[in-house]
Amino acid sequence: MSAPAADSTATDPAYEQRLAAFVGTELQPPTPGPDPVNVPMIRHWVEAMELTNPVHLDADAARATGRADVVAPAAMVQAWVMRGYAATVRPTASAGRFQELVDLLAEGGYTSVVATDSDLEILRELVPGDRVSVEEVVEEIGPEKRTGLGVGRFVTTLKTYRDAEGEVVATQRWRTLRFRPQEKPAPAEPTAVRPRPAINRDNAFWFDAAREHRLVVQRCSDCGALRHPPGPMCPECRSLAWDTVTAGGEAVLYSWVVAHHPRHPAFESPYLVAVVELAEGTRLITNLVDLDAADLEVGMPLRLRWLDADPDLTLPVFGPADQED
Amino acid sequence: MSAVGEQLPQQQVPLTRTFIVASAIASRDFQDVHHDPGLAVERGSKDVFMNILTSNALAERYVVDWAGPSARVRRIKIRLGAPNYPGDTMVLSGEVVAVEGTRVEVAVRGENSLGTHLSGAVTVELPESVS
Repeated sequence: MSAPAADSTATDPAYEQRLAAFVGTELQPPTPGPDPVNVPMIRHWVEAMELTNPVHLDADAARATGRADVVAPAAMVQAWVMRGYAATVRPTASAGRFQELVDLLAEGGYTSVVATDSDLEILRELVPGDRVSVEEVVEEIGPEKRTGLGVGRFVTTLKTYRDAEGEVVATQRWRTLRFRPQEKPAPAEPTAVRPRPAINRDNAFWFDAAREHRLVVQRCSDCGALRHPPGPMCPECRSLAWDTVTAGGEAVLYSWVVAHHPRHPAFESPYLVAVVELAEGTRLITNLVDLDAADLEVGMPLRLRWLDADPDLTLPVFGPADQED
Repeated sequence: MSAVGEQLPQQQVPLTRTFIVASAIASRDFQDVHHDPGLAVERGSKDVFMNILTSNALAERYVVDWAGPSARVRRIKIRLGAPNYPGDTMVLSGEVVAVEGTRVEVAVRGENSLGTHLSGAVTVELPESVS
């Protein structure tokens, strides 16, 4: 048998069994929070969360609602048992069951984690003096799944919060996705070149001039009419004779669209596509640069810039007229 | 008395950087992704983002602001989606989806510019005699 890919644990029955052995077991034995429910921590929470309900800090207001005293906000139950700053920045090396599961998942390549669901049921409100503890049991470790973040497994646990008498005050079903982060392509590098223009013998002169940073306009050698896009015959007098003039680069905005979709990897969406009218009189489809869609106005003056998109393609684009480049 | 189908007024939650950091610290959550932009980027996030305890707190706040101080919160059930990044705004909306005696279940949704940050339901118990 050929060697499996290093991270391919999805179908390894021994690995599945080791994961399954965690289901139904305790990840965290009953662990008391460091401090009893107290007013200073409630005040931090109320201020930071911008709560206006007075029952958390004002005993009279709490009594007016039939409570004996102030109560902690319901969502705060989890805060009473958080491990806090020191244990977060300097985790102890003690290998608990929780760490064992994290290590086993990492062995399968599932090194990243994101919480996806929290279902908190509150059996009674907590009051200052309550001592809260938490224990956590694994309910389910799902099969390997492909998700938007990468291939991973959903791990569902149940946290049970108890008071000093051992009575359950809240339960929390907690689901996290443990996943293998997707290999991302190198960021910011252009992943594609701009689409190639369809160049033929009738229009090659125009793209050749652009590579030299000259914006040219085709001119009928017989009647003198300018025309764009390039073509073999004068639409005014049907002459096949032509030459070019070089445009000065001044233009006004004739029309535009903001392109959001479809996306193309060579373009940073959204981008601006415009019809500009050159001072010479012909119109040109182009892109606008250094301009926001919100600032555009029909008739506004524009100035020619050059976009050297890649070694084979240079295109005229237009930016604001009042800005020297 | 609230009835199924009643819509809660929407609530705008401006997601300032200070709010995201202060709420994480107030919930004793010192994970660096909630306060250190450099480390958050190193871990593949575009910036710091709101922690889950705060998402729960905001779902609770939204429904209690509507239900009044007499309400007892019985359940906060949320699914998490698009992260809440600094500079964005989350808009909370809600609708009463079940009324059983004094228990009222409100479906809650929080949308930011990236999509749905949270969706779920908050169940509150209202006093017998609603003043």
